[in-house]
Amino acid sequence: MAQTSQFCTFYLDKLLFGVELKAVQEVIRSLDMTKVPLAPAVVSGLINLRGQIVTAVDLRRRLELEPAPPGLLAMNVVVRSDDGSVSLLVDEIGDVLEVDESSFELPPETLRGSVRSMILGVHKLNDRLMLVLDTEKACHMAEVAEINAAG
Amino acid sequence: MIESDIVKDFLVESYENLDRLDRELVGLEKNPDDRDSLASVFRTIHTIKGTCGFLGFNKLEAVAHVGENLLTRLRDRQLTLNPEITTALLSMVDAVRQMLGQIEASGQEGGRDDSVLIATLTGLLQPAVPAQSEVVAAPASTFEAADVPLNEVPLNIGDILMQRAGVTPAELLLAAEKQKEGDPRRIGEILVEQGAARAADVVDALRIQQSSRGTAISDSTIRVDVGLLDKVMNLVGELVLARNQVLQFANRMKDTSFLAASQRLNLITTELQEGIVKTRMQPIGNIWSQFPRTVRDVALGCGKEVVIEMEGKETELDKTILEAIKDPLTHLVRNSVDHGIELPEDRSKAGKNRTGRLTLRAFHEGGQVNIEISDDGAGLNADRIRKKAVERALITGEQGSRMAEPEIFNLIFQPGFSTAEKVTNVSGRGVGMDVVKTNVEKIGGTVDVQSAWGLGTTVRVRIPLTLAIIPALVVTCGGDRYAIPQVNLLELVRLTGNQIRSGIEMVHGAPVHRLRGRLLPLVYLSRELKLAADVAPATATAKDGTVNIVVLHADERQFGLVVEQIHDTEEIVVKPLRKQLKTVKIFAGSTIMGDGRVALILDILGLAQLAGVVTENRTRVLPEKTMEAREASGAMAGKESFLLLAGPGNSRMAIPVGTLARLEEFPVAQMEMSGNQWVMQYRGQILPLIRLNAVLEERRGRLRAAGQALPALDSGPIQVLVLHHEGRLFGLVVERILDIVEDWADVRSAATRPFILCSLVIGDRVTELLDVPAILRGADWSAVRPTPEMKAVEVANQVAN
Repeated sequence: MAQTSQFCTFYLDKLLFGVELKAVQEVIRSLDMTKVPLAPAVVSGLINLRGQIVTAVDLRRRLELEPAPPGLLAMNVVVRSDDGSVSLLVDEIGDVLEVDESSFELPPETLRGSVRSMILGVHKLNDRLMLVLDTEKACHMAEVAEINAAG
Repeated sequence: MIESDIVKDFLVESYENLDRLDRELVGLEKNPDDRDSLASVFRTIHTIKGTCGFLGFNKLEAVAHVGENLLTRLRDRQLTLNPEITTALLSMVDAVRQMLGQIEASGQEGGRDDSVLIATLTGLLQPAVPAQSEVVAAPASTFEAADVPLNEVPLNIGDILMQRAGVTPAELLLAAEKQKEGDPRRIGEILVEQGAARAADVVDALRIQQSSRGTAISDSTIRVDVGLLDKVMNLVGELVLARNQVLQFANRMKDTSFLAASQRLNLITTELQEGIVKTRMQPIGNIWSQFPRTVRDVALGCGKEVVIEMEGKETELDKTILEAIKDPLTHLVRNSVDHGIELPEDRSKAGKNRTGRLTLRAFHEGGQVNIEISDDGAGLNADRIRKKAVERALITGEQGSRMAEPEIFNLIFQPGFSTAEKVTNVSGRGVGMDVVKTNVEKIGGTVDVQSAWGLGTTVRVRIPLTLAIIPALVVTCGGDRYAIPQVNLLELVRLTGNQIRSGIEMVHGAPVHRLRGRLLPLVYLSRELKLAADVAPATATAKDGTVNIVVLHADERQFGLVVEQIHDTEEIVVKPLRKQLKTVKIFAGSTIMGDGRVALILDILGLAQLAGVVTENRTRVLPEKTMEAREASGAMAGKESFLLLAGPGNSRMAIPVGTLARLEEFPVAQMEMSGNQWVMQYRGQILPLIRLNAVLEERRGRLRAAGQALPALDSGPIQVLVLHHEGRLFGLVVERILDIVEDWADVRSAATRPFILCSLVIGDRVTELLDVPAILRGADWSAVRPTPEMKAVEVANQVAN
């Protein structure tokens, strides 16, 4: 029997990403955000998630994609990390997909830079590719700080 | 596992009992006839011993057993408590405590050898009654295993038997007599043997006794896991936030019944919050209770006589805070006994009571808890501290001679400082006071010391009540709200209309505000947070055309924070920032406001550092004030504040702001002549005046007679820099005060004339830095005050230079 796993998918700049369903705490619509001045640029701000203060990470910036078009209300994919919950800001939420392990492949060697460390691999779906995001790495802020310092 | 639970309960209970034991034993030493305390001590040891036997901790049981024997003698008045016995008993308590620690850590008693202690305790039994020589580890009798000593207060087993089993007083007396004669058995056993009571009655009586003792405590208190309390505390925090939201909503709704319901919710929430906060509150007496023992041990160790007094034991503090201040307080107490209080002989010589007095005081004040540790000892010796600080290169001699007493005293909190003449095993190793300061500051507290030579020393620790919910001022900047902890808040200043232009002045690009005659550096929050392009200073920052200044203090410096809008003060629930934002030093945490939005809490010290109001260096309190220190240490980092003034011929001169006590303006008519010295009455003392121009020009070869000439009476008010030097005040009369600036001032060249320390570039202009001590020296003092004191100053300065 083929091994399958479930992914919560979302879109960023027309790319399809997936995170393992068990890492996701919840998905919520856009919330009021409090800016954090002087914070690393990938930190969009703080949101109040039912009394819990959660840091929101601008995933576009984190993955070195184009900034979001103005007026786009980002969705929050709240994931559990070793340092509490972190919200990943994404363009649009996709379906929950159940994919076969056999469709998995490591990212191509030509994918370079810090982004590579955050992409675990690719699932080849019928009509398109789904990039598997390493949430722990994406939330890892030491790296974020470096990126911020560099850029 | 059931057994491990039992062990855990046993440990928790025993620790509590041991703490009480310390206290009671020390109390007993002073008042050996206190039967109640003795009975309670006996009961505690007995319980520990009984439980140990039950749980199979034989070594522990052996130690407790000999202790119990000794206590039996004391209780039966066959021995009287003396310091020797107390010490032995206290060391038994220590041994028990160590073993408990071992059990807690490993579940085993460990392979320790207590034979010496046991021998000591047994030895102490001998002088009075050599009969009872049952030494180590006699197995506990069956009655004892049941954890019930038979004859003791509050409810005597004999009394119960008399009431219920028809035992006559005579029979009881007989049994008691027998026991006194050395019968090691319990009253119950003896009575059964005499046939005065049936064994079943005794067992019944025991049960009654046990239950009567049990109810008192177990019915009124329960043990709660601190983790659970923390969780409830968090939930109440959430409730407070939800309540705030509901209230805001209700105020908009204009629905009276909803408003009434929300008001009720408001009240209940407030009460619940208070209640929960209270559950975490513990009286400071809990940690003070060990101090009598500490004081006794330290005093005995260094041959001193000390009594400890406590005021405000019931003052309550959050448990976390209480734990955090335990060690610093213990250190301060030990220090007071070891260094503060003199030896009895010295005290008699000084005309004081041979017994020193150590007073602990705790009280609430301004939303904070103040704890004072005062002794009536020798007090701090400013000269010695000064000398030591110079020796240890913490300050230069120059600085030392310039610092006022309170400043000198607070040097003891510098790392690597110790005033103890000799290092004792208690204190004096140069660590400690700085650790005390660090630990207290870690929980948002402050510590300072006051002392009077020969009269004693008081160390005052100020700490917040709780860390979780704090009052804060809410301000707006760039559309977002920020919370400023109330502890940093001094006052609010609002400038409107013309006040803005006149109220904000520029000191070479740095905006300042004159607050009651003193220059207050202004920091623009929007600029520090990089929220807005540089706001042009002296323009309105709020929409209604006003400038709002929040006057704050951080690390003993004041500065004004310009914000867009000032809202109310609110109780906020502090939530720590996540790791990813910890690098941002300017925020202390975050909180959720009434409308559900997140607001950041400003870390005022971090903000002050960012803005350059205080330098980041830990030793900033001292060196930043003088040039010399920086030269000496070679450290050129950090800005300094200078007062700029116009010297003769319109030259620019500067004085480090740190040397100034105050800036004053006086009418010329206030100047008076005393001898041939111009003086002025100032705050109840005579302020000698020195005219800067006269001093400087004098050396240019002008006529000396013209030196101290008085400015014409019709001229405007005179500007006086009040300087603090060698514990005295001097007034330096200057032509004109230009500004206070902050600059790196690291371009410098050697002085070209007397009374000048060096030339600096401050604010792009060459400025001469005045050598204040030299000026004070150079002024014609000999004619005015030929005191030996001044000579000493001179010598000190020469040494320093």
